[in-house]
Amino acid sequence: MGGRDTTLVLLDENGIRCDGRKVDEPRRIMIKAGGLKNADGSAYIEFGDNKILVGVFGPRDVHPKHMSNTDTGILRVRYHMEPFSVTERKNPAPSRREIEISKVIKEALEPAVMLDKFPRTAVDVFIEVLQADGGTRCAALSAASVALADAGIPMRDMVAACAAGKAADTIILDVNNEEDQAGQADMPIGYMPSLEKITLLQLDGVLTPAEYKKCVETGIHGCKIVYELQKKALTEKYFGNGEK
Amino acid sequence: MTSTSVIDELKKSQILELLEQGKRVDGRALDEPRKLMIEINAIPKANGSARVRLGDSEVVCGVKIQPDRPFPDMGEKGIFICTAELLPLSHPSVETGPPGPDVIELARVVDRGIRESHMIDLSQLVIAKNKSVVGVFADNVVVDYDGNLFDACAYAATAAILSSKMPKWEIKDDVPTLVEGEESNVPTTTIPVSVTMGKIGNYIIVDPNGDEWDSMDARITITTDSNGNICALQKGGTGGFTFDEVIKCGEISVKVGSKIREKLKQAKEGGQ
Repeated sequence: MGGRDTTLVLLDENGIRCDGRKVDEPRRIMIKAGGLKNADGSAYIEFGDNKILVGVFGPRDVHPKHMSNTDTGILRVRYHMEPFSVTERKNPAPSRREIEISKVIKEALEPAVMLDKFPRTAVDVFIEVLQADGGTRCAALSAASVALADAGIPMRDMVAACAAGKAADTIILDVNNEEDQAGQADMPIGYMPSLEKITLLQLDGVLTPAEYKKCVETGIHGCKIVYELQKKALTEKYFGNGEK
Repeated sequence: MTSTSVIDELKKSQILELLEQGKRVDGRALDEPRKLMIEINAIPKANGSARVRLGDSEVVCGVKIQPDRPFPDMGEKGIFICTAELLPLSHPSVETGPPGPDVIELARVVDRGIRESHMIDLSQLVIAKNKSVVGVFADNVVVDYDGNLFDACAYAATAAILSSKMPKWEIKDDVPTLVEGEESNVPTTTIPVSVTMGKIGNYIIVDPNGDEWDSMDARITITTDSNGNICALQKGGTGGFTFDEVIKCGEISVKVGSKIREKLKQAKEGGQ
């Protein structure tokens, strides 16, 4: 996605990254709970230049019927990118990448949602990436958690997500598109901060065992930052101006 | 997905009970992978191939090497693509038709492990810059299923690439033309080894078999390279891992991976 800028300096001598951030600084994050009228729950996130909208429906009847489970409700997730969300127009049909991301996000949310209380139903999570700029799966997962909470689905914890990675031989927090393309490693992490459980974890890129440990720690630190913003978004919607 | 049957629940509780005593259903240690058998050059018509049996999971991988157009903005690099497919004969539940999310994930995780390790030096696969490059296609087919296809496919693809003989092409009249009688090994820099671990209760087990696979809460696949570095990872399943478990899994993957890497090396030498 996007061409490579060979003159790009990922980390300058003062430890400042290509978009002006420090190594342990996430991009600007804005989360808003609600916003859609028809969805049972919704959320909108701006994570750097990523703009993602999530709508949740359910618990509701399952179609097709054979997918329903008599013991528990089921969670279905569709992650979808708009054709205009990236530099070169994306074919609107679901790609293999989108199918895989839908699956990992679903599996990251499942430990958090308590669907055993709603047998024979489905909760559908629709994620629409309006603009993509590296780290969409983390942004999408963070927004999806807020949308599920907004829908009133019982949850054990919220899943917060943030990536860590390696660029210019340094472990960095929240990998942007340039750093993903030209950097050395990208590790998206989904984490339930209150339960201390990692529910999404992927890596591409080479890390030594010591860097691997540092990278997981850095990513979890980022998730905790996102978690506070998720709680803030819900507080703002349901308790208005600073009321608790 | 069908709903869980009583048998599955019984199996799961038996597996968990055994784990509490430090045992596994097939008598292995928790960090012990199943017996790995690798047959190199099983398909002579392919440029390289391997038939791998990991326990009772069996995969055939064939490598085809042919000239191709480079990807846009990647004109100085060859192409590597790895796929995986579940054949209907591998299990009664497998149906024909387009692949589902499980199989798409499998193919992408296997591809990613090999790609991110930089096993194949793609910069050496250029015939004419920006015009013509060599494509290496590693296609895995699963012929028998008993859990952990991630590792079975990864070992089959890695062994097949190591065993491959690459033809040579030159540009003549603007088209890549085969140079007869000039074959070389595929240029490789490292041997990636993926190690998949399952989490059942609070136990981490290496290389889950079919019954364990159905009983797992979560899984993690970690690929390491010859230097003992971690180069790709994928968590799956509906459960979660703690920070300590993730670090422990990294250590296990390095340790178990180094033993399997020796087997892959031996298989290559035995096949020549």
